[in-house]
Order: sequence, then C-alpha cells, then structure tokens
Amino acid sequence: MQHTAFHAEHLRLGAKMTDFHGWDMPLYYTSILDEHTSVRTAAGIFDISHMGQAWVSGPGSLETLNELIVSDLTQVGEGRACYTLLTNARGGIVDDIIVYRVGKQEFLVIVNCANRQKDVAWIIEHQRPGTQVRDISAGRSILAIQGPQVASLLEQVLETPVSGLGRFSAMSLSGWGSRAWIARTGYTGSDGFELFLEDAPALRVWKRCLEFGAPLDLKAIGLGARDTLRLEAGLRLYGTDMDDATTPYEADLGWTVAINKPSFIGKDVLVSQKTAGVTKRLVGIELPEGPVPRTGCALMADLPAQSSGGQAGGRQVGSVTSGTFSLMLNKPIGLGYVETRAASPGTALQVMIRSKAYPATVVKLPFWRPQGVPNLGRAQAQSSIDLTAAKRA
Amino acid sequence: MVIPKDFRYTKTHEWTKQEGADVLVGITAHAQEELRDVVYVELPAVGKTVKQGEPVAVVESVKAAFDIYAPLSGTVARVNESLSKSPQLVNQDCYGTGWFFAITPSQPSELSALMSSDDYTKLITGER
Repeated sequence: MQHTAFHAEHLRLGAKMTDFHGWDMPLYYTSILDEHTSVRTAAGIFDISHMGQAWVSGPGSLETLNELIVSDLTQVGEGRACYTLLTNARGGIVDDIIVYRVGKQEFLVIVNCANRQKDVAWIIEHQRPGTQVRDISAGRSILAIQGPQVASLLEQVLETPVSGLGRFSAMSLSGWGSRAWIARTGYTGSDGFELFLEDAPALRVWKRCLEFGAPLDLKAIGLGARDTLRLEAGLRLYGTDMDDATTPYEADLGWTVAINKPSFIGKDVLVSQKTAGVTKRLVGIELPEGPVPRTGCALMADLPAQSSGGQAGGRQVGSVTSGTFSLMLNKPIGLGYVETRAASPGTALQVMIRSKAYPATVVKLPFWRPQGVPNLGRAQAQSSIDLTAAKRA
Repeated sequence: MVIPKDFRYTKTHEWTKQEGADVLVGITAHAQEELRDVVYVELPAVGKTVKQGEPVAVVESVKAAFDIYAPLSGTVARVNESLSKSPQLVNQDCYGTGWFFAITPSQPSELSALMSSDDYTKLITGER
C-alpha cells in the first residue's frame, strides 16, 4: 500500500483509513457528514497527494497538450488553468484533468491517481519534438483547502496575499520550496485553493492550517466527504461516472470541447456526435425522500419503447453511476446515464432500489452551488482575474 | 463502548430487549460507530412474519446500505416511525430512541440462544 507524506498525520488524527487505488488514505476522521458541513460552512483541508503531477515543458509543450485535450490551450494564459479532458481516437475520455499553465512553455498537469501511469504514457506517446514530459509526483504533495473562509486563513498561513487570485488562476509561492504553486481550484463546489508543493513545505502548510484554522473550526477532510462534496456540486468522478468508452458529450461535458480547434485526438467522432446528437447522456437525479440511489440502480421511465411495436409503461432507460445523500438539499441525489429523450430536466423517472421503484426527477446540475457565485465547477479560461490582481491584493 | 448488560445480542450486531410480550430490536453502539452518518432506515411492515436470521430492515449510511437481520422468528408488532424523519437517532441513541422494530416472538426459546453482553463484548474485541 502506498502512503502519502501525511500518512502519520492521518493516523495521529484518528482517521478511518481506506484502500484507494492502492493508497492508504483517510476515509473520514470524525464523520463524513460533519466534514462535509465544515467545508460548506467554514473550512477543510484535504491531503490529495495520491493524485498525479505531470510536468510538460519546452517549445513543443503547448502543441503536444493541445492535440491531446478537448479544450483550446492557446486560450489559456500564463497563470491560468483549465479543467479539460484527454480523449482517445474514439472520442472516449482517457481522463479528466486540470492543466495549469505556470509558464509560457510550462504546464503542470494534475491527473487522477488511478490514471497516473496511463496518462503520462499517453502524453509521452504523443509528445512533439522539443517537449519534456515528466512524472514529478514523487516527493511532492497536493493539499486542497476548501470552504468559504479559507482565503483569509491561507493569507495567514502562507504570509502571502491570495484572496485576489481568481477562480482557475494559479501563482507560484516563493519561500515554500521549488515548483510551489497555489491555484484557486478544487473538487468540492465551494470556494477554495489547491497547493502543489514538495513534501516538507506541504507538511508545514498542513500544520499551520490546523493551527491557524482551529478558531474557524477548520477540519481535516477525508475521501468520503470529498466524494459527497463533489457529487453535490455535480462533478463527475472518472472511472465511475465516465470512462474511456464515454464521450464528453455523453458525459454532458460538451462545454469543455473547443470543437472548432484545428485538430485534436477524437475530433472526428466528436464533430459527428455534436451534429447527430448522443443517444445517452449523463443527468442528475433527485429523490424527494427515501433511500439513496447507488451505483448500478436501474432508472425507469414511462416512455414507449423506441422500436415500433414496443409497449408503453415503466421500462429501463438507464442506470445510476454515483449516488449519495445531499446534506445541503437534505435529499438523496445521483448521477446516471439515460436515453437522451429522458435526459431533460423535469423528466419523471423511477429509480429501482432493492427491487422497489422510487420516484426521481431529472434536475439541472449542479445540485448545489454557493449563493451569489455563478458556477464554480465551470469557471473557465475566460475569467479576467489574473496574477496581477492577486499580487495587488 | 456501551454494551447494556440486560440486552441480548446477535453476531450481526443487533441488540434485543424484552419488553412485555414483545422484543425490541436495534443495532449496537459498535454497529452504529462502524456505519457513521446514518441517512436512511427502511423498516418492515407491521404484521409481517419474520424468520430468525433473515434480512428484515435496511440501514443506509452515506457510503453504503446494510441489512438488519431478524434476531428472532415472529411477527413485527410495531416499528419506530420516527426513524423515517430522523434516521440520525440511530447514531445519537442506538439503545433508546434509535430502536428499529419490535417482534412478538413465535419461538421464545430463540431468545435464550442469543449472545450475552459478555459474549458480544468478546466478539467485537476480537474483531478489532
């Protein structure tokens, strides 16, 4: 089992540990619901050092990455980041990643832990001349510090102004080791930051956050709440809500695709899918009450069968890929794939749980978002706040 | 951890408590701590005939769903309706207001075959 640099800290804090793709990681420290609440109302700190950090640099780096992802990296300036997808020749999603443009020809690529070797090999396989690709994960950590109160906390912890850093912006941190960055990104739907650091300075940040965050009721947060937070924010989990046989349009991530980009892997398939439409699509479902929809539960609708001669009545139109109980909405929620005609918000479905049908409704994603914030999950390269704003703050 | 002396227990972490002609059933402190974050409880219909050892209720945490087994054969006499609105009672008061259902036993001898608090304590310490 692999350990992050924070393993002893997790044990010291009494975490219930779990095997996450070969990493011994905290599932929760106190309770998933308590930790979820802390992030939504105050502050939480996550060790997410199991995620992979790839470094792509050199004169060919922009061209290399732009051919592999669906977004247009030429539109992402220095100090900016974008959530995007690596796609294969069939238009299937190889991984969902965040690309941080930390220099003109320097990119930090954060990949899912289970996909680290696959993604790095994929980038190396497609690298253009003048490109260096390195897995720099060893000896480095990633901390996510999330919640409505973390900006001022981090200014204290880092002794650096960070409040002015815009959503999906990144800046280097001086005095915190080599290749030290902070970015206003996260996987919770709440405001927050992610820090990419060498292990020793990351441990210093962790300890200072616990110390300075105590009056704010900052808590260490495990992977259990990370999952309920991301789901409530409508964010997909790779390997569960999408895989290399799912396209961006099917995963309802068409907004990431720069379809007019001259070339990228899978473009042909995606162009025809955009024109013809998809046959199934990811949707959010809500239950008014009752049990929690879990992975694999069938989704039924009173729709006539698509082939002629089919009879009307409850028939399966899809299935659930992720489900949980939403603390903010106080009801069960889930993500799943359904036939496109059952995918419009407002469509009445039934979800089969332990052989019983429970009413569910298709809803717009995200299930929940902070008040007064447009949509943190989708913040994109267009945002105008940049590094200079962060430095002025 | 609290393990009331006058209750009897199952290997699957249900507790039972004699109350008049009926036997109250719930889950132990050990079980609720393992589950954490109970968000839903599905209870059997009143009047349902149940057999010892068969799944009769479901408790769901944030992460997963778990079966609750009938500790005794008999008829479901009543269920704890308040769990439908307040499933967290299972975490807050597992031996009291967080009870699940009551059974009118059809084979009272089954009760004496359940574990004593000492035996149950041994079971969960061995599990650790």
